Amino acid sequence: MSRHRFALGLLTLAALVCGPARAQAPAPASGEVNLYTTREPGLIRPLLDAFTAKSGVKVNTVFVDKGLAERVAAEGARSAADVLMTVDIGNLIELVDKDLAQPVRSPAIEAAVPASLRDPEGRWLALSIRARVAYAKPGLKGLDGITYESLADPKYKGEVCLRSGQHPYNTALIAAYLVKHGEEKAEAWLRGLKDNLARKAGGGDRDVARDIVADLCDIGLANSYYVGLMRSGRGGPEQKKWGDGITVALPVFEGGGTHVNVSGAVVAKSAPNRDNAVKLLEYLVSDEAQGLYAKADYEYPVKPGAPVDPLLAELGPLKIDATPLVEIARRRKAASLLVDKVGFDK
Amino acid sequence: MPTERAALGRLAPRLRAAGPAAWSPRVWALVAGFAALLVLAPLASLAVEALRGSSGLWPHLLAYVLPQAVRDTVLLLAGVGLVVVAVGAGAAWLVAAYEFPGRRLLDWALLLPLAVPTYIVAYAYLDLLHPVGPIQSGLRALFGYARPRDLVLPDVRSLPGCILLLGFVLYPYVYLPVRALFLMQSASLIEAGRSLGLGPAAVFRRVALPLARPALALGASLALLEALNDIGAAEFLGVRTLTVSIYATWVNRSDLPGAAGIALVMLVLVLALISVERAARRRRHYAGAAQRSRRMSRTRLSGLPALLALGLGLAPVTVGFLLPAGYLAVAALERLGSAGLSAAIVSETLATLAYAGVAALFATGLGLVVAAGPLLSAGGAAWRDALLRCATLGYAVPGAILAIGLMPPLSALDGALDALSRQITGTGLALVGLGSGTALVYAYVVRFLAITVGSSEAGLARVPRSLGDAARVLGRGPGGALARVHLPLTAPAVLSGALLVFVDCVKELPATLLLRPLNVETLATHLYGEAARGTYEDGAVAALLIVAVGLLPVALLLRVSTPKT
Repeated sequence: MSRHRFALGLLTLAALVCGPARAQAPAPASGEVNLYTTREPGLIRPLLDAFTAKSGVKVNTVFVDKGLAERVAAEGARSAADVLMTVDIGNLIELVDKDLAQPVRSPAIEAAVPASLRDPEGRWLALSIRARVAYAKPGLKGLDGITYESLADPKYKGEVCLRSGQHPYNTALIAAYLVKHGEEKAEAWLRGLKDNLARKAGGGDRDVARDIVADLCDIGLANSYYVGLMRSGRGGPEQKKWGDGITVALPVFEGGGTHVNVSGAVVAKSAPNRDNAVKLLEYLVSDEAQGLYAKADYEYPVKPGAPVDPLLAELGPLKIDATPLVEIARRRKAASLLVDKVGFDK
Repeated sequence: MPTERAALGRLAPRLRAAGPAAWSPRVWALVAGFAALLVLAPLASLAVEALRGSSGLWPHLLAYVLPQAVRDTVLLLAGVGLVVVAVGAGAAWLVAAYEFPGRRLLDWALLLPLAVPTYIVAYAYLDLLHPVGPIQSGLRALFGYARPRDLVLPDVRSLPGCILLLGFVLYPYVYLPVRALFLMQSASLIEAGRSLGLGPAAVFRRVALPLARPALALGASLALLEALNDIGAAEFLGVRTLTVSIYATWVNRSDLPGAAGIALVMLVLVLALISVERAARRRRHYAGAAQRSRRMSRTRLSGLPALLALGLGLAPVTVGFLLPAGYLAVAALERLGSAGLSAAIVSETLATLAYAGVAALFATGLGLVVAAGPLLSAGGAAWRDALLRCATLGYAVPGAILAIGLMPPLSALDGALDALSRQITGTGLALVGLGSGTALVYAYVVRFLAITVGSSEAGLARVPRSLGDAARVLGRGPGGALARVHLPLTAPAVLSGALLVFVDCVKELPATLLLRPLNVETLATHLYGEAARGTYEDGAVAALLIVAVGLLPVALLLRVSTPKT
């Protein structure tokens, strides 16, 4: 290869990678929708494929982890983003607070999603529900009607496994505790919970199950869909052993229900394909998609009456705690500070 | 050094053709200034962010976070530093000073851990070492323990566990430059040591190691900055470093000003440490001789010592590569049977190669020019040194935070380009910076420029001053001396920097996740997507491809850093 051709090749490569040819010019309004998502591609791909098959609208995606809000904000008015999808109510509300979402009025959405699971002004909506449930050693006593409050009871000393208190799923639970019981009681509870830890808070939700199977602890909190992922064998034969090696209970707050969090979406403020964005959201709360959420991801549907996967149904009826999600999101920061204060992760 | 010259003969004429004018100090100032601007822009935007203020942040941090985070960070860095220096320099000495069966294999196998992302090593080791994992289950079966509680072994989810894992994955950063230095070392100093009655251990400790200090410092600082900015492995293993608290501040409290503030304070501390090391080294001279008679000859080992040497050399390869990669390979094989190969993996591999390749090219070009600065000025002006230091700051900031810092400058650039386009053509422009791969290449270059600057600097420093002076005496300007004398002799070091950057880009995760365009997936983001939903074994194929893509540069790395005989 001559030197010049080599240089030319390099330049072409650079142009291909960096050039505006690859820049996603706001797509023509005919049949595309751009989705920025913090949900893993493997989880939502079946839903998006089904949407494209049904509507003919092509879905372009980018899977972003941390920094979704910052990216969309920096892209500004010319952002290609149509739909922003994320998990955790705190993250959803943050998109609204940063003025990255626009209100959507859709009779289909309003009919499908209960008012407690969407913004009254239509700026965000939940697409699926996950409960913070207890994984426990089979045969452990006192699981019937177990409360989150009781996990700080000294009887569980050295027997609780949990991921980091700074993980959004735990932070939201602590925020809910703050809403229900106030600062002082929440701190006492968190200190008690910390004293009960069998190991340093860390790892992931599934490690709670694995550590219980390994006899490192008796009980812990984790998200409901992992039960389905593990027990179905979809996470591999090892994880099936962990899922089958635990009992799952739905804890409640004293005088309340089970703490849930949501995955959800907003229509981006400057969405170039607004109509398709709304179409996508309407599809995601349809019977078909809600069934797929349950089947593919083991999540609880937001749409009342939509089916729950048998692996989750056998955990018993889910009684959702009445604390408004928005309240929980508002206390997220306080919860995170409290985690630091009691040295929960130390 | 006629032999190296011959090996690089193909490169030299091209550089000569470029002509001395191209390397004039003014051009240098322009390029180095541009590089510094590239790096300073995101840092400035982080500083602006930090100045927006974060109410009550520091009292909270001082009371509840920093005492423990600083302690964990210091212990982690001290531990990782010890491990990478001991393993990296020890292994380098082993393959440079001794001849034994299997040495040639070890020579390059010792670089293999470079190809594995740290968080994947952490996942794999927890699987392997967990009480219900294969190793402990096997031990219990062997010794007849019924329950995991009967045999409690230390948990890998701990600070010591994290130190060992990071140390055994990051030691190649030290091994690579130190090995090259040992190989270049002339025999006379070693023999002088021996003739003065030093044993092999003392020769290593009192002669070889002090001579290798610049390379040790470069390698160890790269490894330590990797460890400092690591988020995946540390968070997963329950170690609460400063970087972990930066993420908690940003993600959980939506407090970007606070996170930017902590990151900048961390940056200042890192800078202070690096300057202390440089100042301590400045008074020493590491002059190489222009004429080198012969290289140190290897001591031949046989029998038990040879076996011992092989075993010692294989240990870090096994811990840092064979075990985790082997585990992944088994998982990948299992999954391939059930799930098959995803069609997207080809385009993901191509995207990975393209981004890493382009970024490595830019980083290398910029790094070389920036590092050449001091050679162009007789006086060694302070501002040249400052520019050079500026260009290397990106490595000391956590990846995601750096990516966030890149956004405002790119956004401003996009706005300006759009306005310009409207003026000239009457139509607006798509997002050229943020919406295309430019942002990602930019992030890689800023993040890894320190590597190419460092390796170019190290390479240039080894060129004996007398050779450059000779060229000047013979009528070349500073640019001409650089192009015709220094560059050909420095090429191996420059190339090894380029390859390191390439491998680092292939593995890079936080900036890649945040900045890549729509519909682009790389091997690292694919793997993370699987890991994040807890099916990282499904990503084993992608992980192995990352390793495979990294292997070729690793093999090349070895070739370019081995002096021809």
